[in-house]
Amino acid sequence: MHIMYFTEQPMSAYPADKGLEFGATALMFPNTHFDPVAGSRLYNEFIEQYKLAEAVGFDGIMLNEHHNAPFCMQAKANVFASILAAITERVKIVILGNPLPLSENPVRIAEELAMIDMISKGRLVSGFVRGGGQEQLATGVNPAYNRERFEEAHDLIVKTWTLPGPFRFEGNHYHNRVVNPWAVPLQKPHPRIWIPGVISKETVIWAARHRYPYIALNTTVEQTNNIWKLYDSVAEEVGFKGGPEYHGYLKQVHVAETDERAIENARQFTWMQGEFTGLAHPVWSTPSGYSSPENRRGFVEFSTGRGTSPRRRPSFEEQIQNNMIIAGKPETVIAKLRQVMEQTRPGIMSLWANDGFMSQQDSLTCIRLMGQEVLPALRETAKALDLNSPFEAETPVSLQFSTDLQPRAAAAE
Amino acid sequence: MADQTADHVAWQESLHPIAGVQLRLRRAGKGPPLLILHHDTGTLDQLPAYAALARHFELLLPEHPGYGQSERPAWMRSVRDLAITYRWLLAELGLSRAALLGLGFGGWIAAEMAGMAPEDPAQVMLVGPMGIKPPAGETGGDILDQALVSHIDYARAGFHDQAAFDALYGAEPSTDQLVEWDLCREMNFRIAWKPYMHSLTLQHLLGGVRSPTLIAWGAEDRVVPSSTAERWRQAMPKARIELVAGCGHCVEMEKPAELVRLVTTFAQRG
Repeated sequence: MHIMYFTEQPMSAYPADKGLEFGATALMFPNTHFDPVAGSRLYNEFIEQYKLAEAVGFDGIMLNEHHNAPFCMQAKANVFASILAAITERVKIVILGNPLPLSENPVRIAEELAMIDMISKGRLVSGFVRGGGQEQLATGVNPAYNRERFEEAHDLIVKTWTLPGPFRFEGNHYHNRVVNPWAVPLQKPHPRIWIPGVISKETVIWAARHRYPYIALNTTVEQTNNIWKLYDSVAEEVGFKGGPEYHGYLKQVHVAETDERAIENARQFTWMQGEFTGLAHPVWSTPSGYSSPENRRGFVEFSTGRGTSPRRRPSFEEQIQNNMIIAGKPETVIAKLRQVMEQTRPGIMSLWANDGFMSQQDSLTCIRLMGQEVLPALRETAKALDLNSPFEAETPVSLQFSTDLQPRAAAAE
Repeated sequence: MADQTADHVAWQESLHPIAGVQLRLRRAGKGPPLLILHHDTGTLDQLPAYAALARHFELLLPEHPGYGQSERPAWMRSVRDLAITYRWLLAELGLSRAALLGLGFGGWIAAEMAGMAPEDPAQVMLVGPMGIKPPAGETGGDILDQALVSHIDYARAGFHDQAAFDALYGAEPSTDQLVEWDLCREMNFRIAWKPYMHSLTLQHLLGGVRSPTLIAWGAEDRVVPSSTAERWRQAMPKARIELVAGCGHCVEMEKPAELVRLVTTFAQRG
């Protein structure tokens, strides 16, 4: 079991009432509400959290990136990954992930990641994402080519990492006259690639076809198991056996000295009005062409208030009830997490531990209690359930670099 | 049943394999051929303006590739590609000299077509055309960005008088209509995302157009500011410019009689 610490790095000093007044907390919510003095304090608090997470025994620190919104202060995951490369010594630096379509030059991403891998002495796990809908608008990238750009940028990055340069790359979206960066990754054949996601089936299938572990982001137990079923069936098709070492799960988990305190703090997980990525107009979060054509009707119904949001979350109480949010004193949390682990059998767990307006002191207490009590219990459970991480199972980094494939024979005529 | 009732057009439908896709074309009416190029929001099947124009012209109303029921060309990357596709269609039909009536986004396509074949169109008639960047300043600004507003809000922004919108689309447009707008929007993004809904080169390529050109604009256009007409005048000094008072971007839907009068008068004169 690989256990990571995660925080969205919330810009919790923004005036929440202004967001409600404006009607949105993403994309167009004016950045005049961003306070750089508070921002400076918060960035440094997050660094303190990451240092403590390593000290108390987490295996990895998960990072991500978003734009134009208070729910996440990381505008460039590689910046924090670089910082962690220098200030930590043991934890894996797990970027989930770099939003590839937003980049106009994926070779630059490959270079940055290679530098992070070398500086961290080979501790990088390099996840890739498509980027949210509003991220495309925030960076002016065409949402209609999002998936094409994601796949093409990925191909270019893996080539950049693994083919001797110089070579030329002529794609549909990326055209590189000379690919020959002098920074290449320390890990061979290349750093591990994990793919996080929420609801897109195409991404699950794509991850399985590449033999990249898939990290389900805060999905329900049922959704998670459906994802594994799909993943493992595609895995079988392409010739490997799925299972826990390819299954990752991000959960909102908060620990405090008492259940009452933990529950009170955990309300902060709903601080973005119940939306995953802040309150946004549906056409910002799902621009035309960004989503699968099969979702078109459901999306336009949602965008006019005739349907429900595909990302809608139930009430806080319901989320506590069904273990979507797990909060309590250590023994409460351990029992609930054990139940979730039995139900979903992940080899990678990410604990999204602190969010919203939780105080720094409570955040640090949470991390400390996790390290002292929760992590040892999770590791025992993982052992009992035979849940191994990709590192423990020593899985190949990708399908391309697999030597043990047994593709299912094509069906007879 | 080829007769036109007062406001109903009996379209003849056909599919044309052009540039690797099936293009849907509707034809009706008698007279000189007139290619109507619809907005970036597609087109309704029936409009009073179409019925009136069908009494004067042989109307050719294609659905742009990737819009409505015309197949999407996955390779298409620009409005110029779309214009070439239509030049191809006209040649296929033996109607290379058809007059062009371009509505909003369709006006951009028509202008590209005219630039490609400066002597061909019998007339070029552009209504609130996109394609040229509006001037900066108080009366100018940018072309309204549909990426930031809902499908209904964007379609409504094409009308100065919301009652005219309600009359055509209904106060609450159907989900089918929303799906169609979303399809249109996706194709708009595929070919006109950046720079948004305009070209940096078009204005330099229109000076050679020999066809008589009419540029009509709703004075209250909230999608493409009517001050952009001045830019068009600079690009096409001989063009006739007509402002339609009390009208938004979708002149053919909001002031059909006014537009039909402008078009028929201009076509007869030209």
